[in-house]
Amino acid sequence: MKAKNQRLMLVLVALGALTGAALLAMSALRDQASYFYTPGDALRDHVELGRAVRLGGMVEKGSLRREADGVTIDFRVTDGAASVASRYTGIVPDLFREGSGVVAEGRFTAPGQFAADTILAKHDEKYMPPEVAGAMHETKSLKR
Amino acid sequence: MIAETGLAALWIAAAFALLQTLMGFAALGGEGRPLIRAVRPVAVVQALMTATAFAALLLVFWHTDLSVKLVADDSATTLPTIYRIAGAWGNHEGSMLLWVTILALAGAAVALFERRLPERTLAATIGTQGLIALGFFAFLLFSSNPFARLDVPAAEGNGFNPLLQDPGLAFHPPTLYVGYVGLSVAFSFAVGALLTRDIGATFAKAMRPWVLGAWIFLTVGITAGSYWAYYELGWGGWWFWDPTENASLMPWLAATALLHSVTVLATRDGLRAWTVMLAVVAFSMSMVGTFLVRSGILTSVHAFALDPKRGAFILVLLALYIGGALALFAARVATVAEGNRFDPVSREGALVVNNLLLSAILGVVLIGTLYPLGVEAMTGEKLSVGAPYFNTAAGPLALLLVAVMAAGPVMRWRRDELAVVGRRIMVPTAIAVLALVAALLFAPGLHVLLLLGLTLAAGTAAASVAPLWKRNLRRTPLFTWGMVVAHLGVAVSLAGMASESAFTRETLVAARPGETVHVGPYAVRFAAIDPAAGQNFTAVRATLIATRGNADPLTLQPEQRTFDNPPQQTSESAIATRLDGQLYTVVGEQVPGGRWQLRLWWKPFVTLIWAGGALIALGGLLSLLGRILPRRGVKVEQHGYTRAY
Amino acid sequence: MKTVRLLLWLPLIAFLIVLGLVSSGLIKPHSTTIQSQMIGRPLPAFTLPSGRAGEAPLTSTGFADDKPRLVNIFASWCVPCLAEAPELMVLKREGIRIEGIAIRDRTEDLAAFLQRNGDPYERIGRDDTGAVQIALGSSGVPESFVVDGKGIIRAQHIGEIRPEDMAGLIAAVQGAR
Repeated sequence: MKAKNQRLMLVLVALGALTGAALLAMSALRDQASYFYTPGDALRDHVELGRAVRLGGMVEKGSLRREADGVTIDFRVTDGAASVASRYTGIVPDLFREGSGVVAEGRFTAPGQFAADTILAKHDEKYMPPEVAGAMHETKSLKR
Repeated sequence: MIAETGLAALWIAAAFALLQTLMGFAALGGEGRPLIRAVRPVAVVQALMTATAFAALLLVFWHTDLSVKLVADDSATTLPTIYRIAGAWGNHEGSMLLWVTILALAGAAVALFERRLPERTLAATIGTQGLIALGFFAFLLFSSNPFARLDVPAAEGNGFNPLLQDPGLAFHPPTLYVGYVGLSVAFSFAVGALLTRDIGATFAKAMRPWVLGAWIFLTVGITAGSYWAYYELGWGGWWFWDPTENASLMPWLAATALLHSVTVLATRDGLRAWTVMLAVVAFSMSMVGTFLVRSGILTSVHAFALDPKRGAFILVLLALYIGGALALFAARVATVAEGNRFDPVSREGALVVNNLLLSAILGVVLIGTLYPLGVEAMTGEKLSVGAPYFNTAAGPLALLLVAVMAAGPVMRWRRDELAVVGRRIMVPTAIAVLALVAALLFAPGLHVLLLLGLTLAAGTAAASVAPLWKRNLRRTPLFTWGMVVAHLGVAVSLAGMASESAFTRETLVAARPGETVHVGPYAVRFAAIDPAAGQNFTAVRATLIATRGNADPLTLQPEQRTFDNPPQQTSESAIATRLDGQLYTVVGEQVPGGRWQLRLWWKPFVTLIWAGGALIALGGLLSLLGRILPRRGVKVEQHGYTRAY
Repeated sequence: MKTVRLLLWLPLIAFLIVLGLVSSGLIKPHSTTIQSQMIGRPLPAFTLPSGRAGEAPLTSTGFADDKPRLVNIFASWCVPCLAEAPELMVLKREGIRIEGIAIRDRTEDLAAFLQRNGDPYERIGRDDTGAVQIALGSSGVPESFVVDGKGIIRAQHIGEIRPEDMAGLIAAVQGAR
């Protein structure tokens, strides 16, 4: 292989590999990226059942109930107007309580019923998840 | 007083950095031999001043001087001594000062010890190092002053996040920083070489030890960080694809590629432009990582306090350094002659494939990390990208890389034949097939990626020792041993990852004291639950007795701790390590019925993950020693068909 | 080779594109950075229908009565407003007068919200177009303004009120005579 061509060859091969990687990435993102919903948005948008999503809001006061097995909890996530029933099996992160902000990862198993695989909580008593807070955030389902 | 001394030292260091930059680049003029000589001591003095500033910060934290704002915000008199001192770098300003200190010390080390490089190139390198330091000094002095005073000293500090109060804290960030900053040296070498157009085998041999050093620290830092998250966070996970973790993985990927590419340049004077480009990319990843963690644009479990202004400053530095280097690259490298040619089927060819796969993985991780940002900027949608994406996109690429790693080290330089290579890896391939059959027989139903992982781990482990076959082991060069050990480490780590994913058993239950639960091969009796206390927390502690067959019982005591400054609860897991895995136990809350939540895992061979990481770092160390210690009589032929590893 | 020379500029171009993307992520206004221009100026004139059924409208003229107060811009559909509701109740207990301006809200929804979370407001005005909010120099919900006894806006708090903000706000309102 001539010297002049080898550098060009390498550059082209590199370009090809990186383009391939980018295509692979975009295709994986389409399927695996996880959208964020507040309860109102989730109910209005009819989120596809079984798809991995994040649900965020506040834990509705009076909604937290522990099941008989001792490790499963049922609670409602609310955005002030709409709320979604959620269920989680596991040891909840510290500072997860009624009235606190929460972001849960999981899927909808039925309209209005969310199964959480992970509950995210920053280890901070002042935790208001950035997606939920912010003066600019407006719950889409109620905007007029 | 100490704080003011620190601040003054910082200003003086910045002044010396400016001097270092000007002198280093002035030496490019060609007439500056006295300048070239003088720039070395300037770099050393700059480092001494920076180290003084950092020492001042350590003192201020050790004494818990509450009139310094940083101490009031992030420390407290009630903290144990080790965390009072380590707290100096557990916050944004302090960790930036640590970064700059390591940067300065690295520059001084280059100035003091680098002998191989031609003087003019060395001066340009030291000048570039000074230029990088200048940007960060400006950042510190104008926007993140660690020594700012409070008008009225605080009565007590705000305390220190309990999650970070751990011996791992003292060890993990400084290790990573040495890695990030070490890559700045590679960057400076690359820029210096571009400025003097001096890119060849000598340049590569000079740069290689610095790349190896930085890479070893990054490997150790990432491995340690992973283990720390594993036992500290109480979820039993060892990698979360969290942006902060990715911020350390991306430079590591680039540095690994650079490591292999610089070997081609040093051994065969090939891949000149490629190697220089990788050096720029590697440091870019360090800076991108720094930016991501400090600007608050990504939600992360352990990002520093949000501040868009800080993010903007780093972004500007990023633009100037990386943009400048890439522009210099595009303008200059075309005028640099090409290196030696090689056949596609050759050691160089295999290393090119290695580099391409590593770059592809790097690209996938970078896209996944930045994608949420891009989408939110353009559509306002908020989404997150997590393990499912990274495993799907990067997993197959990584497995392919491990497969190529089996063949690469037994290939000849310059030209080889596929059939001959095939013969050399017959034994490893046979072992891989055996492993596949065993997995299919004893663990049917495994996911295909896990199956491949186990198979490749077995095959590549065998292949990694192949270069030692039929050699006089005592006369094998140290750097060959390094390669063998490092590659073996990769295989070991992969085996641990696949095993953990495939064979972990979990039990989640609410139990009463006295009851017994089962997990994996263990019967675990919940013996007692008692109150406990430490220097700055109160806790409940569970006592668990685990038995397995006829072995001695194990006692594990997981805890739930409550801190009050700042108010927080953390979970302390209790882990028992055996030869074939770990028993990982966590205690949760009390629930009605006098029961306590218990979460138990049996994780077979999970320790191989970090043992593999340690092996990789050890391999790197052996290679580094092999390159910088004087060699005794081992002649290495570089041309034609002779074996040259 | 010409092709190679040109291709060598690609990394720089790719970098600049990514940089642009990331910069826009920073420039997008984050909740706490848009300051009102109205600080130090008198409240703009306004009359808003009441947010409580059967009550009198909320007018700006009623503010220059020698009593300093907190004007809280909120809405029943706003999640951080839910978070700051307990703090507002504490402020009320501390003797701070709070007037509410509800953005794009309905009386029934407001009633439900206040019933669930407590009612700290002396009076509530409904700002259905957001015009008064903009006139005040507020850019989102929730925001709170400290208004002194002469009707001059003295301070602005962007975002929800958190426990650590309480002491500062109480001092600000009491000091604004």
